[in-house]
Amino acid sequence: MKKHLKICLPVLLTIFAVNFACGQSDQNPIQISHKITFGQKPIPISLDGFSGEVLSVLKFDLYVQGFSFVSPDAAQYQISGSNSGNVIGHVTDRVARREILSRSYAGASVRREAHALSDDIVFAITGKKGIGQTKIAFKAQSENGDGEIFVSDFDGGNPQVITHDKTIVSAPAWVPGRLALYYNSYRLGNPDIFYSNLATGEARTVARYGGSNISPAPSPDGSRVAMILDKDGWVDLYVADADGGNLKRLTKSAEDESSPCWSPDGKWICFATKIAERRVLEKIPADGGAVQRIPTPGAPNPTEPDWSPDGKWIAFTAQMGEFDICIVPADGGNPVILVPGQDPSWSPNSRTLIFTKLSNWRYSLSVLDVFTKQVKDIGMISGNDSQPSWAK
Amino acid sequence: MKTMKMIYPLALALAVMLATGCKHQPLNVTPMPRGITLPPREYVPPTMPDTNPTGPKINPFSNPFSSEIPQAPQNVFDGMIEDTNALAAYAIHFPYDSAAIRDSEKMNLQSVAAELATDPATKLLVTGNCDERGTEEYNRALGERRALAAREALAKLGLDPMRVRTISYGKDQPVDPGHDKAAWQKNRRDEFILLHPNPNASVGMPMP
Repeated sequence: MKKHLKICLPVLLTIFAVNFACGQSDQNPIQISHKITFGQKPIPISLDGFSGEVLSVLKFDLYVQGFSFVSPDAAQYQISGSNSGNVIGHVTDRVARREILSRSYAGASVRREAHALSDDIVFAITGKKGIGQTKIAFKAQSENGDGEIFVSDFDGGNPQVITHDKTIVSAPAWVPGRLALYYNSYRLGNPDIFYSNLATGEARTVARYGGSNISPAPSPDGSRVAMILDKDGWVDLYVADADGGNLKRLTKSAEDESSPCWSPDGKWICFATKIAERRVLEKIPADGGAVQRIPTPGAPNPTEPDWSPDGKWIAFTAQMGEFDICIVPADGGNPVILVPGQDPSWSPNSRTLIFTKLSNWRYSLSVLDVFTKQVKDIGMISGNDSQPSWAK
Repeated sequence: MKTMKMIYPLALALAVMLATGCKHQPLNVTPMPRGITLPPREYVPPTMPDTNPTGPKINPFSNPFSSEIPQAPQNVFDGMIEDTNALAAYAIHFPYDSAAIRDSEKMNLQSVAAELATDPATKLLVTGNCDERGTEEYNRALGERRALAAREALAKLGLDPMRVRTISYGKDQPVDPGHDKAAWQKNRRDEFILLHPNPNASVGMPMP
């Protein structure tokens, strides 16, 4: 037996090492991601007169949308105000030398008013809609594996539990434009897919086929849902109507597919799969057709893709030892490796991402501005928090 | 509360013991409930990833899955009684990031098939599991593939795949909560749970 070990072990280790080394770089020769040309400097602003929760909300919201905080004389925009009574905010454009925002907020919680102000600041400066008042869903899991689906403000405020399943749950996915979610739960003794409308209270069973029913992903217009099933014997990508009817199989491969996501025009579904035992990203026409590879040179072992709402980028998790959040141009090109983390989900602004951070074997959520790489931890809300989905 | 605190680690230790076997106790012939005795075999501890000291050299990244075998609908298994102990000793383990069944695991699969052959009214639940290191949905899919691999292997040993259901637990149900190679190796596994018909339940008609 020892003789066999002496021969087998080095040979197998060599096979393993060669295979591992091949897995490190993609099919293409070594490509250097263009870190020099990618990225933006943050917009420098100053904040004066705010305190407590209002100040921390403003700083969080603005930091993850690409602003940095400097003294008033170094700022491009000066933001002043108060929150001793109503929340009041003024924004002055120092270059144009004029006030571009002057608002007062009342009638909601202090956090809500601060988020409303941050949205107005972002709009006044950039002309784009802010994310201050958006919501996320995520999974909170305890040590024994049981968990529940939560919904909260995008910064983790006001968390509310959505399920009461007392079992394994996973993969919450917002229906765009609606206060409704798909998710996976084991509450009937099997991984099944459910739908829950938080506004109307409607609840539906969407997929309860033999085998495991996982990774639901609603289409951008909410009319269809993609999912991963193995009812026919292989783990593959399927698409159905929103209620689970008219099931159609899209892939037929012995490899396992996972984490489908839609292009914003609803025409493509991108997903993680394997070719010759190596992880890759592919996309397929949502109505069926030939798969196309999405290469990620320099960012190997991609999984968990998510397509930006403006259609330009696919965010994903790469693995080179640890896991990293990356983005790749949706039309092809070199990935950009951003920060350590897993499972990114785009906000509606197509520049801020929420993802899962792993630290000392505990999971929590973090928010990242892709163009400035500014990142802020949300920290633990309940147990281990992971699998965030940003409402759009 | 105190009793619960004591029971949990004991139960975990028992589960680990059953899943991995006791290293220093040679397994004798164990009489099976219905009088079937299995051939004596030397206990083979789970091997480290990508080494195979006892069997012929196999490529740990090989993967059969020659053809797909459709699943039975879930309600075919409704109401059946789970026996997690009967086949606990035959859990099989996998190389990292792979659903390949090692040759060294085939004796365990033979034992499972033999037990299911003794009573055609029983069925089998195979649960597929991963170690904690992968991303979550990827692991959920990989766990299912591991369960399917066992189902396919058991079909080749004569077990009707319509008697076998598969559930993936991804990385959510580790048998060892540790964060090291030894724990990860134990967690990359399929478990086999024997399903007995419930004498009090009426037989459901399978959905078309």
